[in-house]
Amino acid sequence: MSTPVSVSLLVNGEPIDAFVLPRLNLADFLRENLKLTGTHIGCEHGVCGACTVRIDGEIVRSCLMLTVQAQGASVETIEGLSDSGEIADLQAAFRERNALQCGYCTPGMLMTAQDLLKHLPVPDRQAIREHLSGNYCRCTGYQAIVDAVEATARMRAERPA
Amino acid sequence: MKAAAFAYARATSVVNALELLAAHGDKAKVLSGGQSLMPAMNLRLVSPDVLVDIGGLAELRGIAVRAGVLVVGALTRHVDLLRSTDVALHAPLLRDAVGYVAHPAIRNRGTIGGSLAHADPASELPACVVALDATIVIRGPTGERRIAATEFFKGIYETALSPDELLVAIEVPIADQGSTFFFQEYARRHGDYAVVGLAARAAVAAGRFTDLRLGFFAVGDRPLLGAAAGRLINASVTPALLAEAATALVDELDPPEDQQATAAMRRHLATVLLRRCVAALLARPDLAAGVTG
Repeated sequence: MSTPVSVSLLVNGEPIDAFVLPRLNLADFLRENLKLTGTHIGCEHGVCGACTVRIDGEIVRSCLMLTVQAQGASVETIEGLSDSGEIADLQAAFRERNALQCGYCTPGMLMTAQDLLKHLPVPDRQAIREHLSGNYCRCTGYQAIVDAVEATARMRAERPA
Repeated sequence: MKAAAFAYARATSVVNALELLAAHGDKAKVLSGGQSLMPAMNLRLVSPDVLVDIGGLAELRGIAVRAGVLVVGALTRHVDLLRSTDVALHAPLLRDAVGYVAHPAIRNRGTIGGSLAHADPASELPACVVALDATIVIRGPTGERRIAATEFFKGIYETALSPDELLVAIEVPIADQGSTFFFQEYARRHGDYAVVGLAARAAVAAGRFTDLRLGFFAVGDRPLLGAAAGRLINASVTPALLAEAATALVDELDPPEDQQATAAMRRHLATVLLRRCVAALLARPDLAAGVTG
């Protein structure tokens, strides 16, 4: 009854063609088929945010998206953002502020924080908290995470364009 | 948990989607943004045999103003409502409400048509379309039909849609000069489903309401258009009259009890929202306080 479907997409700039079962969600596809294990799976119903990736430049929950729905899309994972250096300063700020803790939520936190800083370059702490409200941290490291995002925003604002 | 196995069909047009729905009947589910359907499937609350993916149908996307009506395509995403200048100008209630809908990553995928068709009684947009007196546009095998938002919601996850029909658009009467709006909700965490919420549209002239539509949500099996508001229309609103309306509201509500709140707490919070709403819309901060109704 359920047969594999062909799907073509870009992952971190690389073209991927695959046959997948319709029920395979994008998070599992990235982790199991492509071995991009930076994207984490927590709740699998859209609450925790650990599976956040970028599709065509916008953050989404990869556990709430079927791989077949990504037909023709450009997917960017934490590996892509990290390798390109796009978030090197944000990652450094997470290390410096002790915002990493167990690290499970970190890829989703970085994805979401970078998304905020793209849309609102100098957010206040309330805006940071609101934007990150869809990402759970099991170590309750929120204070340090908000500090790191705030520090990155400040550094970017001071950096000559 | 993972979704049970299903077959997948990518609709190529609205006509094609209707053919697929006709072929599979109630064994099929329509997939738009998937932000409510996928969690329900992952939790095994629903296990459709077939998913009809309408996500690629450009004809269902977009926001336009036509003859005094704001037409919002079913596939318009929450983030599109948030960014639209037409929505900000003609139906700011929708924009205000979307700020409370889940989180940015979910608002990037979730659609207005999906939210309305899903009909979660605790979600924001159903209450908004009821308060705005919107019309739901539905297409089926025999053509198109229009239904008032107040008639669309039938119960928890239940609407007037038949399994062979597709919600294609929402028509919202555009706000005139005197229209004002109010949106607030209580939730445990920003972005969570509301414990109690209120979406309201009003017309105010010379310090009185000439119209007031109160769309309460998470207080019953569907969005509730509060009749208690009637007392406040064409009247000089005093703390006593507002207390009377609050009492009437409490009598009108039959809220559910769950892990988040008792029925009594939901009734109380609804009266607090009523009071804040009236005070804000009439610009009368004195009315925000007052004795519990």
